[in-house]
Amino acid sequence: MSRAGWYFVAPALVLIGIFFFIPVAGSLLLSLTDFDIYAIADRGNARFVGLRNYADMFGNSVFWIAVRNTFYFALVGGPLTVAASLAAALLINARVVRYKSFFRTIFFIPFVTTLVAVAIVWRYLYHPQYGMLNYALGWFGVAPIDWLGDPRTAMPAIIMLAIWKNFGYNMLIFIAGMQTIPSELYEAAELDGAGAIRQFRHITLPMLAPTFLFVGVITMIGYFQLFAEPYVMTAGGPLRSTTSLVLLMYEEGFRWWRMGAAASVAFILFAIILVWTLVQFRLQREAA
Amino acid sequence: MRNVQKALVYGLLLVGCVISLLPMVWMVSASLMETGAANQYPPKLFPERVTFEHYRALFTRLNLGRYLLNSAFIATTVTVLSLLINSMAGYAFAKLRFRGRDRTFRFLTLGLVIPVQVSMLPLFLLMREMGLINTYWGVIIPGMASIFGIFLIRQYALSIPDDLIDAARMDGAGEFRIYWSVILPVVRPILATLAIWTFLSTWNDFMWPLIVLSDDSMFTLPVALANLSGERVQDTELMMAGSVLTTLPVMLVFVLLQRYYVEGITMGSVKG
Repeated sequence: MSRAGWYFVAPALVLIGIFFFIPVAGSLLLSLTDFDIYAIADRGNARFVGLRNYADMFGNSVFWIAVRNTFYFALVGGPLTVAASLAAALLINARVVRYKSFFRTIFFIPFVTTLVAVAIVWRYLYHPQYGMLNYALGWFGVAPIDWLGDPRTAMPAIIMLAIWKNFGYNMLIFIAGMQTIPSELYEAAELDGAGAIRQFRHITLPMLAPTFLFVGVITMIGYFQLFAEPYVMTAGGPLRSTTSLVLLMYEEGFRWWRMGAAASVAFILFAIILVWTLVQFRLQREAA
Repeated sequence: MRNVQKALVYGLLLVGCVISLLPMVWMVSASLMETGAANQYPPKLFPERVTFEHYRALFTRLNLGRYLLNSAFIATTVTVLSLLINSMAGYAFAKLRFRGRDRTFRFLTLGLVIPVQVSMLPLFLLMREMGLINTYWGVIIPGMASIFGIFLIRQYALSIPDDLIDAARMDGAGEFRIYWSVILPVVRPILATLAIWTFLSTWNDFMWPLIVLSDDSMFTLPVALANLSGERVQDTELMMAGSVLTTLPVMLVFVLLQRYYVEGITMGSVKG
């Protein structure tokens, strides 16, 4: 009886242990060595260097640019994505709307597309001369913008793609959350003469608090891991304006084979995500 | 007043639909344009003359059929194997009593906050030791068990009545037999959700295949497409045809099977 359970979980535990938890621990060790291309040929060439990789990173200007870009993407893109998701969910959930599942499906389609493919599509939509976006903006008298070629607009362009790609997922979760709110609350509020905006502020928002936490945490964890969009669309440029921490880790580790240094970037990212997640839980508890 | 509100809501929904679909419509449409036709001012939304030459070029000169097979094989294998392994573990964590069960499960869920990239550098070295660099198994093995999948199935399996399992035990069924013919049929809805989720995310995955597959003939579609876009950035129409072939299969999977997908995704979040 007691054995059967272990037999059932053993395959999963062995796989996750060997191919996830042990590598994560190994990453910490790796970050304390000068593991590089010579060490790949012969592991004997790697030496323990203590915290030198971390010290080097903190003294490296590209690292700080990557930190700034990653926070820019997560702190601007994350809340905007959640806001777009909430707006879409409110629209679909509005009482006057019929064919809800039709709209839900359409809004969800961007989420299931292949990121690499749509990043390439958007690269052409952002084309300064022939792109759809500049053409549409032209109707409103906006002069052509070199979205991905200008360090000031490259990150906003990536953020817009990310919002488009991801809002549908959070939207589903918001809709599910809204459907758990008892309709008596709205009926009572209506009797008291509360309008749509007051109902939203005093019923919908507070009742959605747990959903907000879930959506916020999931979105931010994902956004701190920005990689494929800049890899495909800008290669981290122009002028490093879209180099994220994961892109920096990839370049250090798999282009220059400085795996010790890359592991230190990975661990710093992990620390950022962990601290940020804890902060979100704390903020939520204080708000409640 | 009511009608104005209604018009406004539907208007905004329509704008949302256009924004959601326009990039995909333009992608399909540009893939059918003649070379150079997508780079015009003003941009055209629909091709003047439809051509399939880019699709032909992808399959004949650029080996796309091979990448399609690589992606299909990897995504299917990961889906089948991970479904089996995750469902066994998820069921056991929910319903079988064994020592250290809850502590083990709690430890496992801690892994949900660790970004997968943290494991990638040592995982690469490990795969190299095992001779799995540049093989299908190098991509498949790390996807064969997932904490998220186990979590999802456990949440669902918690609601199975113990009587059902006890009755089967009374009839003398072995533990594996119970799992296979009593539990699996009951958890089928969540298995369907997880199958679709796993297939989509494996198909769309980019970073790990990019790292572990170095030989051109082993590439999955996203890796091949990113590679191709580096060389053929000027060939807009060709790149769009490649994007269509990469993303259309997963969009079809979603549209056809969304019934099984959407419910399960939200269920996991609300219950969790």
